[in-house]
Amino acid sequence: MLLIHCPYCEATLPELEFTYAGEAHIARPADPSTMSDEQWRDFLFIRTNARGPHFERWRHAHGCGRFFNAVRDTVSDKFLLTYKAGEPKPESLPE
Amino acid sequence: MTTPMTTASAVSLSLLPEFPRYSLRIDPADVSAASEVLGLELPTRPGQRAATGSRLALCLGPDEWVLYTDEADAQAVEAAFAALYPVTPHSLIAISDRERTITLSGPQAAELLSTSCPRDLTAIAPGTGTRTVFDTVQIVLLRDSESDFRIEVGRSFLPHVWALLERANRELAAGL
Repeated sequence: MLLIHCPYCEATLPELEFTYAGEAHIARPADPSTMSDEQWRDFLFIRTNARGPHFERWRHAHGCGRFFNAVRDTVSDKFLLTYKAGEPKPESLPE
Repeated sequence: MTTPMTTASAVSLSLLPEFPRYSLRIDPADVSAASEVLGLELPTRPGQRAATGSRLALCLGPDEWVLYTDEADAQAVEAAFAALYPVTPHSLIAISDRERTITLSGPQAAELLSTSCPRDLTAIAPGTGTRTVFDTVQIVLLRDSESDFRIEVGRSFLPHVWALLERANRELAAGL
């Protein structure tokens, strides 16, 4: 079972308490009515589908209930980093 | 119809009578106001708890607490927060009917819990608590001492959780 560090509980806890919530750092456009269909499609559906470190949102659903961001390597399934929602995308990742 | 191998049990399980519970959500910046009306210092780290008299507060998340008290005190808690409401926005929800409480007591209580709870139970210190899962069912787990636990479980999940605990308890008693 994966162990995930919750930045709010400050504890490393079993995966069963968490739910995946899609790619992180995708801001909803401030004024969707000005966007073209292609731009709106890209916002809704187009994701990076990374091979390697992937920035994603998780929710500690059966714990503190908070959304947070995580960096997970999609090849090894290892969590490289987790940080609170709203914090900037980290510049460098731990090895 | 299966016959139990033994009627002996390793851990004593009991279902507590119903008592008042509240879910409190408040901005972490306003916690001191809630602490004041409640008469106890609300803990701010998830997992920690504080008690005074019949009142027990457990911090579940950065802005979420669960409060336990007894029937005689329930009105006072509600009145205290009702007075706070015009000044400090918050949400106090009575969830007394939502959950039931199972107590587990005995040296093997942690072992019994570990049959369906994925948490590292040694990391849950006596006098703390947490929200977690028990065989996919969300529970609030409180550890009162090394060998005493309480499980708060949604009432519709109670038969499922109780059946699992009882079966595992029989296995523990049989030395399996």
